[in-house]
Amino acid sequence: MKSLLVYLKKYRKESILAPLFKMLEATFELLVPLVMAAVIDTGIRNHDRHYVISMCLVLVLLGVVGLAASITAQYFAAKAATGFAGALRHALFDKIQSLTFSQMDTFGTDTLITRLTSDVNQVQNGVNLFLRLFLRSPFVVFGAMIMAFTVDARSAMLFVITIPILSVVIFGIMLTTMPLYKGVQANLDRIMTSTRENLTGVRVIRAFRKESDETRRFRENNRTLAASQKFVGRISGLMNPVTYVIINLSTCALIYVGAVRIDTGILKAGQVVALLNYMSQILIELIKLANLIIQMTKAAACGDRIAAVLAVQPDMENGEQKLSVVEDDGLAVAFRDVSLSYKGNAGCALEHISFEARKGQTVGIIGGTGSGKSSLVNLIPRFYDVSEGEVDVFGIDVRKLDAASLRDHVGIVLQKAELFKGSIADNLRWGNAEAQSQDFEQALETSQAKEYVDKKPGGVGYMLEQNGRNLSGGQRQRLTIARALIKKPDILILDDSASALDFATDAKLRMAIRKMSHSMTTFIVSQRAASVQYADLILVLDDGKLVGKGTHEELLRSNEVYQEIYYSQFPKEAAHA
Amino acid sequence: MRKQERNSSQKATVTRIIRYIGRYRIYLYLSLILAVVTVLLTLYIPKLTGRSVDYMIGKGKVDFYGVRGIIYKIICCAAITGAGQWLMNLCNNKMTFEVVRDIRNDAFAKIEKLPLSFIDAHPYGDIESRVIADADQFADGLLMGFTQLFSGVVTIIGTLAFMLSVNVKITLAVVVITPVSFLVAGFISKRTYSMFKKQTAIRGEQTGLINEMVEGQRVVKAYNQRAHVVANFDEINDRLTDTTLKAVFYSSITNPATRFVNSLVYTSVGIVGAFSVIGGTLTVGQLTAFLSYANQYTKPFNEISGVVTELQNAIACAARVFELIDESAQIPDAEGAAAPQTFEGHVCLDQVDFSYMKDVPLIENLSLEAKPGQKVAIVGPTGCGKTTLINLLMRFYDVCGGSISVDGTDIRMLTRDALRGGYGMVLQDTWLKSGTIRENITMGNPDVSEEEMIRVAKTCHIHSFVMKLPKGYDTLVSDNGEDFSQGQKQLLCIARVMMCHPSMLILDEATSSIDTRTELKIQDAFGRMMEGHTSFIVAHRLSTIRTADVILVMKDGHIIEQGNHRQLMEAKGFYYDLYQSQFLGQAI
Repeated sequence: MKSLLVYLKKYRKESILAPLFKMLEATFELLVPLVMAAVIDTGIRNHDRHYVISMCLVLVLLGVVGLAASITAQYFAAKAATGFAGALRHALFDKIQSLTFSQMDTFGTDTLITRLTSDVNQVQNGVNLFLRLFLRSPFVVFGAMIMAFTVDARSAMLFVITIPILSVVIFGIMLTTMPLYKGVQANLDRIMTSTRENLTGVRVIRAFRKESDETRRFRENNRTLAASQKFVGRISGLMNPVTYVIINLSTCALIYVGAVRIDTGILKAGQVVALLNYMSQILIELIKLANLIIQMTKAAACGDRIAAVLAVQPDMENGEQKLSVVEDDGLAVAFRDVSLSYKGNAGCALEHISFEARKGQTVGIIGGTGSGKSSLVNLIPRFYDVSEGEVDVFGIDVRKLDAASLRDHVGIVLQKAELFKGSIADNLRWGNAEAQSQDFEQALETSQAKEYVDKKPGGVGYMLEQNGRNLSGGQRQRLTIARALIKKPDILILDDSASALDFATDAKLRMAIRKMSHSMTTFIVSQRAASVQYADLILVLDDGKLVGKGTHEELLRSNEVYQEIYYSQFPKEAAHA
Repeated sequence: MRKQERNSSQKATVTRIIRYIGRYRIYLYLSLILAVVTVLLTLYIPKLTGRSVDYMIGKGKVDFYGVRGIIYKIICCAAITGAGQWLMNLCNNKMTFEVVRDIRNDAFAKIEKLPLSFIDAHPYGDIESRVIADADQFADGLLMGFTQLFSGVVTIIGTLAFMLSVNVKITLAVVVITPVSFLVAGFISKRTYSMFKKQTAIRGEQTGLINEMVEGQRVVKAYNQRAHVVANFDEINDRLTDTTLKAVFYSSITNPATRFVNSLVYTSVGIVGAFSVIGGTLTVGQLTAFLSYANQYTKPFNEISGVVTELQNAIACAARVFELIDESAQIPDAEGAAAPQTFEGHVCLDQVDFSYMKDVPLIENLSLEAKPGQKVAIVGPTGCGKTTLINLLMRFYDVCGGSISVDGTDIRMLTRDALRGGYGMVLQDTWLKSGTIRENITMGNPDVSEEEMIRVAKTCHIHSFVMKLPKGYDTLVSDNGEDFSQGQKQLLCIARVMMCHPSMLILDEATSSIDTRTELKIQDAFGRMMEGHTSFIVAHRLSTIRTADVILVMKDGHIIEQGNHRQLMEAKGFYYDLYQSQFLGQAI
């Protein structure tokens, strides 16, 4: 939480002025009982109407000045809090965009989104409240006590006793209930899960006739929830009655002491009234303070979650070499005894992989689910770092290359087709900011997307909604391929990115890419044997190991895993038909 | 007109709420009585304090006997009030949480009875938020209403009465000025409303961008677009910061402003009161009492205006929950419906018509017969009605025309439990419940023995991967099995069905996420399971269905071809084309 304070620096002036003005307001508020005491003890006693009126004018004046001070304070507090939140959001968003793939895996997108949105809001509210109240409330509490001392030291001793007792009761109850509220939240989460499951899994639950079991489970959890709510309610419900009783006991004591002091002529009636007033001000402010502390602990928890993201250091060191591609038929990509294991996973995702791909070659990668196909291609643009061995792109270890320059030469189409809000052209320009209409045409044609894009109103100007959800899965996939093609990359990677296309379109796509350029090296990852069959080199992966390497004919002749895959999709008799 | 409608529906909601409270009415009465008692005593104390001030006339003239009497009275009042307040809190808590619990139970019970057509047509999040968030908001509102609304009203009336009993003139001064604080608060909140609306809109825009760019962060990286994306973000962020400042600032004026009005009330009481004391119609003690009433009197007004908004919100939330509870349930099982334990598996569809939307016919005049033990495969392009057919077989939806029968009995004359118990179903959409793996795979047959469970798990090829997990079969499945791959989840779903020996089987793209090699391996487990059982198979991969007894080729809700693989290939029709498209890759 502390590390976030740097974002408040720009608002140092506001952060100091806001509490100061709040204190000013509180000071005026503290003067009110004294003025009233003067009205009673001087004005009324001397039957001096002018004095009464002038004192009341002083009260109004105090009110006006207090209002002005308070509004000024609110402005500074709001300015500092919202400005702080804005700066924090920017820093956090920028940080998230800089995280490496493995760091993204560790955090997960959901929690990052929560931190960027609701957590930042909580912190903003926390800062706002803090600036407004953290000086004011203690100031009023102790101010009231000090004012009481100025009225009469002996009576003020009652304040010295009452304040700690009240504090213990208020904070004690709050501290006891806070963890209990967490328990209530956990119980609520349980019935939420139960509800969601019965919606998402409605077919399975009904197919297995589990309705009554589920209802019983829900009722049980619901009862636990209600019981925990009532339990917390019982404790937190003590707060008001107990403080009320304490304050009234002190009032009684004050009355008695006051009576004695008046009898001996040390105090006047108006002064006793002022003391009584201070007593009730203290109660109100202590409760406010306790609420403030609850809010602050919540905000601090959110702040810690944000700080945790901001504190992440890049786990990949950027290289310095810029990548340049020479026109020859040398090696494009080489894996040298590469192993990869993901953070937090015990096993290896890839084990001792070695192969070489020459410029202009098409490399097919095939294997079952979880065999490591995606992991392998993700190493080429250095999305992850190898655990052992080395990946060379155009003869240079990727760890020595500047990541941006490496990725400029690599076009990768990921499994999940992600597009963004904006026109089709905007999306394609991610690949090439200067792309002209003939570039769009060409890329769309090759990716087999031209046909449907032309039919859209406005063509490439057609606006996509968030995540491109106004396109079908297959349309999205073709557009992400076009986005990669428009880059005219030296290395193109298609990571199972044609899975939503039918066999015919898939074939046309591969044919068009082949025709596109002779120097482009292409990696095709697929579960379909038909998609990789005609590649210059096929890599067969099984459980993270490279179990076969060669052309279709070679593999079909000698490789057991490849044979199994192939014949499971093309049963022998049909293939010969 | 519209307002009237809203009023009447609001009234209906309130009546419903009162009915729910009815079971706990004793607590309600108790709470109301306690509210009156505690409020009156609370108000009595300032009067007592004021009187005590009057006993302290000056040096040597203090009436200690009187003062002591008053102190005892205050202590008694405070003790009774404290106890009363706590009891009242308990009553309110009990009522609120029990009522919300009852409402949630009813809502959940309704979910279990809703027809699939309703659940499919409504976003899950919407239904869920009714049961969780709306009910919660309702509880908050109700509790606040119980604790503050009634006691607030009593406080206002009580204070007025106490003030009147002391002095009429000053009371009038207070009554006249107080509404000003209302006006001020109303004025400000009206102004700030538009700013909050604007803030919400921009925040929504930003959340949209955040969702996209955090989910698509990998793409942003792959295309070196960080600077571009951050610039877009900053543009929205600056606008948001700006409007938030305005909204936060203007709304934060409310408190100081109303406090200022309250201080005006206080001052007027001071002036009028002081003049009355000088004029001899009021004592100093009474003035003290008045000053503290003036402080108390304005507070419930501010509270009540807050409570009223909160209550209106609570009623709106309750209305949303009631809406769910009032949804019509699925048609109950027919009277005297049969409930056979097992089925032969003779399934007939006779001239079935079905559509999801009235005007858009989907399945028309579909007839088909599956003899016991037959393996029926259904293929066709997306949207042809394959999954719909399964919805009808399981009676998730009822046919619009024609009938479906199992072993000669119309399925509408069977209990749903019996019908669904007859089928084992594996869907493409792999759903796992939160719980252990064991609980998941033995869901249909909780009494299965450990040996049997492991045996089945082995045939489904899940045993070895489950054993690699830290807690084996007791590993918790969370978030619908986020930690498992799609293929592993599908295997778990297959094991779940294999565990309970159903009479008939439905497999809807049951192996779509499993790689072809593993599929081949569990094919024979499937084969053994399907032996002698009628089964319906929907599949994308044509290799999976070549061995079916009957292949139905569906298009636009009709069966356009029917026969076994060989016959259909020889016919060179739609199926032939579909089958050949797999080999297109070879042409290149």
